[in-house]
Amino acid sequence: MELIFEKSVSGRTGVRVPLSDVPKAASLPDAVRRGEPVRLPEVGELDLVRHYTNLSRRNFSVDTNFYPLGSCTMKYNTKVTENAGGLFASCHPMLALLPGGDKLVQGPLAIVYELERQLAEITGMEEVTTQPLAGAHGEMTGIMVIAAYHKARGDQKRKYVIVPDSSHGTNPASAAMAGYEIVTVPTAPYGDMDLDLFRQAMNDEVAAVMLTCPNTLGLFNPHIAEICAIAHEGGALTYYDGANLNAILGKVRPGDVGFDVIHVNLHKTFGTPHGGGGPGSGPIGVRGDLVRFLPTPRVVRREDGSYAVEDHPEGIGRVSDFFGNFAIMARAYAYITLLGREGLIEVSEQAVLNANYMMARLKEEYDLPFDQTCMHECVFSASRQVQNGVHAIDVAKYLIDRGFHPPTVYFPLNVKEAIMIEPTETESKQTMDAFIEVMLEAARMAKDDPERLHEAPVTTPVGRLDETRAARMQQVCCE
Amino acid sequence: MGYCPNTPDDIRDMLAVIGAASVEELFAPIPAELRAKSFDLPPGMSELELMRLMREKAASCGADITPFIGGGIYDHFIPAAIDHLASRAEFYTAYTPYQPECAQGTLQALYEYQTTICRLTGMEASNASLYDGGTAVAEAALMSLRITDRHKVILDGSVNPLHREIVTGYLHGLSAEAVDVAPDGCASDLARLMASIDDETAAVVVQSPNFFGSVQDFRELAQKAHDHEALLIVSCYPIAMGLVASPGEMGADIAVGEGQSLGNHVSFGGPYFGFIATRKRFIRNLPGRIVGETIDHQGRRGFVLTLQAREQHIKRHKATSNICSNQSLCALRGLIFCTSLGRKGFEDLAQLNYDKAQYAKSVLGAVRGVNLLNRGATFNEFTLALPKDAGEVVQRLLDKGVAAGVPLGQYYPDMEQALVVTVTEKRTKDEIDRLAGLFEEVLWS
Repeated sequence: MELIFEKSVSGRTGVRVPLSDVPKAASLPDAVRRGEPVRLPEVGELDLVRHYTNLSRRNFSVDTNFYPLGSCTMKYNTKVTENAGGLFASCHPMLALLPGGDKLVQGPLAIVYELERQLAEITGMEEVTTQPLAGAHGEMTGIMVIAAYHKARGDQKRKYVIVPDSSHGTNPASAAMAGYEIVTVPTAPYGDMDLDLFRQAMNDEVAAVMLTCPNTLGLFNPHIAEICAIAHEGGALTYYDGANLNAILGKVRPGDVGFDVIHVNLHKTFGTPHGGGGPGSGPIGVRGDLVRFLPTPRVVRREDGSYAVEDHPEGIGRVSDFFGNFAIMARAYAYITLLGREGLIEVSEQAVLNANYMMARLKEEYDLPFDQTCMHECVFSASRQVQNGVHAIDVAKYLIDRGFHPPTVYFPLNVKEAIMIEPTETESKQTMDAFIEVMLEAARMAKDDPERLHEAPVTTPVGRLDETRAARMQQVCCE
Repeated sequence: MGYCPNTPDDIRDMLAVIGAASVEELFAPIPAELRAKSFDLPPGMSELELMRLMREKAASCGADITPFIGGGIYDHFIPAAIDHLASRAEFYTAYTPYQPECAQGTLQALYEYQTTICRLTGMEASNASLYDGGTAVAEAALMSLRITDRHKVILDGSVNPLHREIVTGYLHGLSAEAVDVAPDGCASDLARLMASIDDETAAVVVQSPNFFGSVQDFRELAQKAHDHEALLIVSCYPIAMGLVASPGEMGADIAVGEGQSLGNHVSFGGPYFGFIATRKRFIRNLPGRIVGETIDHQGRRGFVLTLQAREQHIKRHKATSNICSNQSLCALRGLIFCTSLGRKGFEDLAQLNYDKAQYAKSVLGAVRGVNLLNRGATFNEFTLALPKDAGEVVQRLLDKGVAAGVPLGQYYPDMEQALVVTVTEKRTKDEIDRLAGLFEEVLWS
């Protein structure tokens, strides 16, 4: 499809700017005046609407296709929470920071406060801040809190953060952003971080251990409390990557298990839309004695029941301008309120049921490196198909032709030819059966007609794209 | 209320395939002693009850206040087409375009977005957006450390104080140093900034228009930075780019800013997006996602996420940053905003903001005892010296339904009586005249 810039016709206009009701001002001095107008496309409004409507049709989405993208938790985004979240569009955040301004924005302040309480209860933490703007931003914020804790204790020698090799790449990257060096501990044959190697890696220079549980393979680690205890004995803190919280709502709370800091991806567990790659929202929760290190400002509830914004002087400072991605937070608040206690427990139960059903039906044809009851996702390997020259990516591309978004492939890194499937709780057995049939068909085809899998996808506007060429050309904007 | 479609029959059949007696049995890997100690949440509700509750909360969200406030977030008009197009489910409920063949919609839109940002800022390479303006400034500072392999970042005091706080926090753990240079009145102290640059300096960070609303020429500063092989980072307000010299024209190496004003609602703090763009030679040091053009096996043009070897999922702790999302939907809104205005409309919009603010400057500056503090040019914000504590004045005017501006005392302790006033195209002459009348009333009666 043509770029919008290629559809531009000189002199054409879309939206009209209002006429001025004030006199025209004297011109800006030349030294600070722009030389040439910005070369934006000149298109009429209908051209614009058609262009972006037609572009949108070149996307798979949850509302149009099953999207079992492991670890990304692509569940259905309820429509009423969309309406609810949109109610605050015209509320300027600076109002809350003006003297006496808090009384004008009691509604949104109440949502920040109450969402923080809801998340604290769900995760078993003492306090939560909604300020981080995405999961990885929450990770970095959480590690900054941990660094502040060690510093306040005068414990300056801790310079390492331990992560398992199966972790999300954001974990080591976030810890590095906060100034730490990374120690990677391999996965044991049973699928969890190797306990003995972890013990060996642990010493008084370790600031924190970052984990997710269920782990990246979708398995619950029965040794998780022991890992926390070992870390604490060594004076390190434990960080819980909340990417997989959807599996354990009402079943396990990271705070009860012994985690000190957690981030929650609101867009995964609490059903806010992923938007093609954001916006997300990544609040963090901490246990008691870390509360004082949370970022500034904090929303507090006064004795009379009203809400106020307070500085948080001992905290790590500010990690975003205001209170976080509020319109996303409002949707998550609405989602939690809508589903309530029983609804949230049902979310996890059905997500786990769906994932185990998927695993049971596919394990005859795809290798299952860790064959045990999984939580909300399961990880297969296409290693059997590789014997016929078919790789995980070929299976993925064939699924596109059959109307399914592929699972996550080649992650986690400790499984060769990984295919990571997460159906989520909002998919029906019938949808999953249809997907399973196509996965089985791909497995058959890998034996009988591998070439056809190599050619996929053929139904999309473009076929497989040359990624090497893209990296070499570095063509990232049009001239 | 639940959104789980499986019926008791479905569940029974599925359990039979799994070979489990109950759903609870699937949670057997979780030892009893690790089970949740509490899950004390109220029962769920119906859609009707939820909307009633949310409308109650929304009734108290300052919607009836006339805003003359900015602080980096601006009340601009949003063409109707944006909400309609950006809420299309295919954009809205998609994920990161990891499978490019079925995500060309998102990918092409982000490529167009990158082009738009390059053209606004006068730069050559943009990423697909960052979290917000404050974190964008911080990411630019980190980028300058990587490029120069130095540890000192000079932060001009007229950069948004909220953004400076974020930068300082980001640099803190990295044994990098942020050196603050106090402004001279409402402008960057160019002489002191230039004198602070040495061979240890990774970058100088300035903002145009700055937090006080002043617009300055940074060409000489850029030259001085380059003489020391340091970079110039310019944070800019995108609407101003219709009229004010761009970071590229000023000689900047990295341009950043808050994208909210491009078609994103103010929404009590987000979501917004940050933009970052640079010279092509620094592209491998850009943080976050980048969309690139390529072809398929038949030579058809297509778009993919590119240069991923810099990113966290491949490089892990050696990545250029930890960012694994962009603000795709917010960036899409920014793109559609710019496109709907087009070349002429964008310039007209900037001019309108400028004209209205100049008018406000003249009538507010004429109020007894009120003085304009900016000495040089401004865009759509300016700073007034009041004869009283600015916080008090603002508080009294809030009771009259007007947010008159951002008092500076909390950010600059010696500026207790200073107020930054913002005027966008949405403020009418009548509203501006009313503000002048209210000033007169609050200051003198």
